Amino acid sequence: MSTITPEVVAAHSLTPDEYQKILSLLGREPSLTELGIFSVMWSEHCSYKSSKVHLKKLPTRSQLVLLGPGENAGIIDIGKGYGIAFKIESHNHPSFIEPFQGAATGVGGILRDIFTMGARPIAVLDSIRFGPLDDPQTGARNRRILEGVVSGIAHYGNCFGVPTVGGECVFHKSYDGNPLVNVFALGVIPKDKIFFGRAEGIGNPVIYVGAKTGRDGIHGATMASDEFTEESKQKRPNVQMGDPFLEKLLLEACLEAMYTGAVVGIQDMGAAGLTCSTCEMGSRAGTGVEIDLKYVPQRETGMSPYEIMLSESQERMLLVAEKGREQEIFDVFNKWGLDSATIGFVTDDGMLRVRDHGVLVAEINNRDLADEAPIYNRPHTKPHRNVPMEAPAFASADLKADLIQLLTSGDLCSKKWIYEQYDSMVRTNTLSGPGGDAAIVRVKETGTSVAISLDGNGRYCYLDPREGAKLVVAEACRNVSTVGALPVAATNNLNFGNPQRPEIMAQLVEAIEGMADACLHFETPITGGNVSLYNETLGEGILPTPVMGIVGLMPTQAPVPSRFQNEDRTVMLLGGIGNTDEVHFGGTQYAHVLLKQMWGLPPALDMAFEKNVHAAIRELVGAGLVESAHDLSDGGFAVALAEASFDGIGATVTLPGSSLRPELLLFHEGPSRILVSTNSPEEVSKLADKHGVPAVIIGTTVKGQVVIEGYLRAAVEELHQPWATALESALHA
Amino acid sequence: MKAGVVVFPGSNCDHDAHYAVTQNVGAQAALLWHQESTIPSDIDVVILPGGFSYGDYLRCGAIAKFSPIIGAVKKFADAGGLVMGFCNGFQILTECGLLPGALIRNNGLKFRCHPVSLRVETTNTPFTNAAEKGQILSIPIAHGEGCYTAEPHVLDQLEAEDRVVFRYVQNPNGSLRDIAGICNAGRNVLGMMPHPERATDPLMGSTDGLFVFRSLLSALVAK
Repeated sequence: MSTITPEVVAAHSLTPDEYQKILSLLGREPSLTELGIFSVMWSEHCSYKSSKVHLKKLPTRSQLVLLGPGENAGIIDIGKGYGIAFKIESHNHPSFIEPFQGAATGVGGILRDIFTMGARPIAVLDSIRFGPLDDPQTGARNRRILEGVVSGIAHYGNCFGVPTVGGECVFHKSYDGNPLVNVFALGVIPKDKIFFGRAEGIGNPVIYVGAKTGRDGIHGATMASDEFTEESKQKRPNVQMGDPFLEKLLLEACLEAMYTGAVVGIQDMGAAGLTCSTCEMGSRAGTGVEIDLKYVPQRETGMSPYEIMLSESQERMLLVAEKGREQEIFDVFNKWGLDSATIGFVTDDGMLRVRDHGVLVAEINNRDLADEAPIYNRPHTKPHRNVPMEAPAFASADLKADLIQLLTSGDLCSKKWIYEQYDSMVRTNTLSGPGGDAAIVRVKETGTSVAISLDGNGRYCYLDPREGAKLVVAEACRNVSTVGALPVAATNNLNFGNPQRPEIMAQLVEAIEGMADACLHFETPITGGNVSLYNETLGEGILPTPVMGIVGLMPTQAPVPSRFQNEDRTVMLLGGIGNTDEVHFGGTQYAHVLLKQMWGLPPALDMAFEKNVHAAIRELVGAGLVESAHDLSDGGFAVALAEASFDGIGATVTLPGSSLRPELLLFHEGPSRILVSTNSPEEVSKLADKHGVPAVIIGTTVKGQVVIEGYLRAAVEELHQPWATALESALHA
Repeated sequence: MKAGVVVFPGSNCDHDAHYAVTQNVGAQAALLWHQESTIPSDIDVVILPGGFSYGDYLRCGAIAKFSPIIGAVKKFADAGGLVMGFCNGFQILTECGLLPGALIRNNGLKFRCHPVSLRVETTNTPFTNAAEKGQILSIPIAHGEGCYTAEPHVLDQLEAEDRVVFRYVQNPNGSLRDIAGICNAGRNVLGMMPHPERATDPLMGSTDGLFVFRSLLSALVAK
């Protein structure tokens, strides 16, 4: 009787149709090991089967792009013979099951993606989302998850020796049972020393390096492609264990091994472990790979071929070396105290052939695994939304109290409690660390710098996935421009619910299309990224949350602070006060925090105008004409003004005549606006004018006060103190 | 001046110390591998850098003290050679007995990374002779186990012998008597939790770490 029953197929999260396709590709029934191999390679996580047809719509090229999607990380040219490799990846599901290890291995995985290319990681940023900390039912769990995730990120990054320089931390009820942990990493690479995950050269040895293989993380990729149910908590053994010390050694050893010239191709063993690295390296090179599992270093006894092939033990790499030069590789790994062993060789027949002590246990065409996964153009209807278009009746009783409530809300309060646990300075490249509009790290090799911003906005994307995604790209580009950098490339992490629901699939499709439009417009091609679907718990999906990582280039210079620095400076609003209406107010923090509602549409975006604003602020910063610059985003003008005052220098401002009601005027989140302080207002106006951007003089900086004439006045400390302590109070409630 | 920066498996501020010495101080530096058992004769000062030597899994610095290079560093120090340990380097110096006391988990139980204000408590060391007594320096910390602890009589002795080199103005980790850095009785071995190598370039926000390196330069000239 066959061992592969329909139940076994279903237990591997393969559909009957997918199983039929396996039968026809193989021309026979698979062994259990082969079924396991197919199931991980054809999982959503590894194959992108639901998103692939739509991801093709994203722009991926420019003159600066050296390497687009498809490899472990994208690379762009930064001049002087160097490139930067960067990518974002999610570890959402593992972080819910085991927050500390889930987040830690998320950091470990993306770092390996970067140094696999030959790049030394110099920066990490994290975009993390949780359920509300004060929820009566789930608050305690959410607090525990947040603390675990933050410690996990800190543990891994700090020990590895890469600075965590920024990110975002956001709260919403929809992330209650499904936190998001998206980690971005960036490294520097000499352009002539880029390594690829390709098994080239028939007869070349296939070498396993790094940690020994254990039983941890088996079926992690399949788990990451399932919805959560009550049983999910039973899946804890599926989460991998990270060892940042081992990863640090692996980094040094891999870079040193690459330097010998004996490495032909290299790939990290991440999701789907040994399976994925062997078949993808073969598939990319059009070759076959034959390995014998008896040579795989193992830390447990009695592991079956199925377990060895599917293990997601961390800190492992697979490399293909030039035949005859194996010893050079072994010497380097010995020096760093790491295992290295030849486990097989490259063949000419395109097959993945796995033996266990000589006995054949799997024989599958590499391309069938890596490239023949079913591709679904899943039905999509109108994006899911369950909120009205019309605004409810509302009226503020006290604008100052509203502002304080916003400043103490989860999304807007100070994240110092989080980022002080991260080493944000190691490698001495951090010009601007956590807490600013964008992080800036210098590249010592080129004498230039890189600015990075991670942004997402689930509420905007829920109200309108297409416009929301554009706004997210616009904001990330605005952040990078506000510190003086030119946005040049992007990486995306698409966090969505179950794509088999047409209204969720529609969110994904529209968000990708909106993102494609915006990335084309802002000239930030997407060089790689990650798709995380099935972010649902008990049938409740998360808000559609595409997260963008935008990378910009700039000269190395002292950063322009986001806060006012001196008294008696002119305060100007680049881009003007903007316009809006109640319908476009329904996705704002004001609606979320004070009215606890969502309605209408996200703020309206004029991409052409937005781009002009970016050009204007970049030139102003480059010319040294502004003393501070801070973009307006969550919470609108009043929140930006308060934040700009937190070094103790506030401002007295008068907003120009407007027909907007006070709540909208102060808190609307219309894009394309930047708050600056300057000693040379005429020159700022002149330069802004050149870009077709208004630069409205609204007031003067003063010590210790925040005054919006006619609306609110507060001492800086009245705003700063609650903002600074809110997160810690919420965590220790 | 030529500094020898020790590289343990898991050191991660080794490159930073090397860069600070060569680029910002304008001196020479070499990396010393942990398996080496002698300090090259042209080395004037040994730096034990920050990081997580051997993963710091058992206890910070507990394994590093058994490495061949530490044997050589002890001989070097015993012969009057200058030795500085920053962060993990300080932890290793207490573990191997070149400095008294121990660094335990921060009282807040969390890793902390931010600039701190340090008060220079003595200028009678080769590491602080270029500063003023009582001068406040801004230098970052980045550690989870930086709470300095020792028996009361040891602390009394450190104070009596003018061996407390730096104190925190605002204690970030619970260190007894606000101690951030100390030296040995011979005054040629310094251990401090803050990272002076991270404060040697105006772009990093502070150049106060240069006081330590400039002090070394003048001490070496005087030698």
